[in-house]
Amino acid sequence: MSSTLTPAQAQSALDSWTRKMIAWHFSPATGCDYWLKWAKTAGWDPRKEIKCFADIAKKFSHFDDDVLRTEQPERFVPKAYAKRPYNVFETGGTTGMPKQRVGWDDYKTDYEEYSDHYGPDFFPKGNWLMVGPTGPRRLRLAVEHLANYRGDSCYFVDLDPRFVKRLIGTGEMAMARKYQEHVIDQAATILRHRKITNMFTTPRLLENLAERMSLVKAGLKGVFVGGTTMTPQYVRFVVEEVLENKINFAPTYGNTLMGLAISKKLTKADNYSLTYYAPQPRATLRIVNPDNPTELVNYGEYGRVELTTMTKEFFVPRFLERDEAIRRPPCSEFPWDGVGDVRPFQSLTKTIIEGVY
Amino acid sequence: MTSSIHIPVLRLGQTYRSLDKIQFNVSGQPLEISVANSGLIRRDLQQLAKSGEALRAIPCETLVGYMEKAAELFLHGKLPWGDDDRLQSPDDYAVALSQLTGLPHSLARSNMGKVHAAMSNIRAVISGLTRGMPLELFDRGFVRQNGLDVNFFAETNSLGVLLPSNSPGVNSLWLPALVMKIPVVLKPGREDPLTPFRLIQAMIAAGFPREAFGFYPTTHDGGDTLLFGTGRAIAFGSDATLKKYAPYRHINVHGSGRSKIVIGDDFAADWPKHLDVIVNSIAANGGRSCINCSSVLISNNRDTLANALARKLAAIEPLPRDHPDAVLCSFANPKSAKAIDERLNELLAVPGAIDLTAKYRNGPRLVEMHGQTFLRPTLIVCDDLNHPLANTEYGFPFASVLQVPQAKMIGQIGESLVVSAFTRDQAWSIDLMTSTNIERLNLGPYSTMRVQWEQPHEGNLFEFLYRRRALQGDLVAV
Repeated sequence: MSSTLTPAQAQSALDSWTRKMIAWHFSPATGCDYWLKWAKTAGWDPRKEIKCFADIAKKFSHFDDDVLRTEQPERFVPKAYAKRPYNVFETGGTTGMPKQRVGWDDYKTDYEEYSDHYGPDFFPKGNWLMVGPTGPRRLRLAVEHLANYRGDSCYFVDLDPRFVKRLIGTGEMAMARKYQEHVIDQAATILRHRKITNMFTTPRLLENLAERMSLVKAGLKGVFVGGTTMTPQYVRFVVEEVLENKINFAPTYGNTLMGLAISKKLTKADNYSLTYYAPQPRATLRIVNPDNPTELVNYGEYGRVELTTMTKEFFVPRFLERDEAIRRPPCSEFPWDGVGDVRPFQSLTKTIIEGVY
Repeated sequence: MTSSIHIPVLRLGQTYRSLDKIQFNVSGQPLEISVANSGLIRRDLQQLAKSGEALRAIPCETLVGYMEKAAELFLHGKLPWGDDDRLQSPDDYAVALSQLTGLPHSLARSNMGKVHAAMSNIRAVISGLTRGMPLELFDRGFVRQNGLDVNFFAETNSLGVLLPSNSPGVNSLWLPALVMKIPVVLKPGREDPLTPFRLIQAMIAAGFPREAFGFYPTTHDGGDTLLFGTGRAIAFGSDATLKKYAPYRHINVHGSGRSKIVIGDDFAADWPKHLDVIVNSIAANGGRSCINCSSVLISNNRDTLANALARKLAAIEPLPRDHPDAVLCSFANPKSAKAIDERLNELLAVPGAIDLTAKYRNGPRLVEMHGQTFLRPTLIVCDDLNHPLANTEYGFPFASVLQVPQAKMIGQIGESLVVSAFTRDQAWSIDLMTSTNIERLNLGPYSTMRVQWEQPHEGNLFEFLYRRRALQGDLVAV
């Protein structure tokens, strides 16, 4: 789906949205305890000094997501939402306290926009199956909402990534494989006995499932994945062999803090290299120089992913993700910068447990 | 500069160009290696039954003939470089191998000779592994030997191998599997995709079915996929690799060799006669093999032996890669050489060890010469086997020398891939033959590098792949 905005119009909309969200989060009538107290000690008033999105990078330092572990979630509840019970969504937590984010409607907004982007044919009407991390994750509610929003229902098979990471970390590879088989067994059973048209899962589980059966013959029409690095070769493998060039494929990049970045439709020229676009203006991704995160890298170059989330529910300025990506230019679908070929930050120099599920 | 040579993934008969590639440059010629993702390997492993069928359709005698022919093609033939029509001569191979692995041309060629010998001696190799059973065993699964019906069956549909890059000679280990009608699935070492690819091309050209070969340059994850997706697998690696895969019976891990020379009382005074054999054991093949000697234990005269050895080893200087007398290998990754040098210096600070070569060699251990990074040979004299340098190995000519009473040697050497025991002492020879920590035993003043084709190396591949079934009754209709 093409955007109706030009890059300049999108930038203007982002600047306008930035002013609105700063006013919201730093107004005593609507903001949350955490940011209001922060503003008192910051020595400057964001409402006066943030005039456009670029000012965020100039004035705010990087958000330390450890506060989501150390602070009580109530401190992040905007006053405007004080009377509504909130959802608690978690990330991390393989060992120790997970990071927690409060939320109300953001996930619905994100996934409705996602659904609208793909239109009715990409994910034809029919039941959904989610195979992946459920539990305290935003994703579980989000995928069900996506299905419901499209007039469909969703089956679930859970996978606990904390357990898998713990097994791998302690070298219990055989048990990790058994657990993975256990998850795939359940997913295969649902696929064999229920009419499933669309699926959300992680790339690795998708592969494993396709080793058990032809997903085309199982009746799948659309697959939406997210969760781990996908190199161009990996994408090609999924498209050509796992999905047999017959199932619609929608890779996404996202997390609890950002929401969902949609990938640009692949063309032959892309050679299976994915580019994701944040749900701007609610969230913005920049690719910054890791040695000097105030500056953007040039188009076509790798840099660290920096996230700014600005919704009425949640404000996260300049969070440095544990990922790096190629800065890509705006495209017809999304008139703002994209992030290409995402991979774990410094993955070429560090050993990282990734793609475990 | 011409267009890149591309070494593809071989998917049990089909070439495949991956979008993930490793790039090398060999004398100005770009070389790309396709890298397989693990899911792709897993999917292919589901097709292994067809690979086995293709091999089983050919009589073993014919496969032996193919292997003998492949030996000549490997050594002398022009074979595909990659997935286009460009051909690789033996010289092209040796020069490229040298650039990628640091082996000098001379060692690249001598390794070609070793692999060729393993292939051309395949009858002796198979006979050694099966203890002389006729080749028809692999056609019928059944032979009559000394009046006894003997039935063996394959315990696996494939042999997975995680190959190292240190020395191409190790490829000779998996070759017999094909004659035993077991398809192979190979993950080449990062710096040496050339040898297994050339071997496969030689074998296909000689008549082996394409679908019998999987060739998957891949990541660690892909390597694990290969090890756990094949019924029997061999992995080469460090002690950490050994530990990681030790719980899995179907994986045979070839870790550090810690090969040794033990010199008994009856040879302890005679060591000067055998000095060259000891130097060869330490330095042949650039010290890169697991069968290179890394410790010499002598019951007497330690210091005189150590000094003489140090002097000889220190005289081995780095030479240009194309020098005919080159013995030392350079390090493809200079950081590895630096790390080893630093580690050695750190451990030499532990009391009880002296680098005797330091006073004889012409400069520091770590040296940049001829546009490459080398570690000069190093001989450490150690006071006891508990010193951290006494029973270890590094991928260059490195050894320790210790004085240990003959009676204590077997108990102290630990797990050793090869032991050359310089002795004629019958009682001690029997002790050595009944010991449980020696994989290959040379009795007499022989180099640890010695190979006898009829003897198994690093375990018996036939026994790893096949299992004997008790067969009783008199109604065998075969």
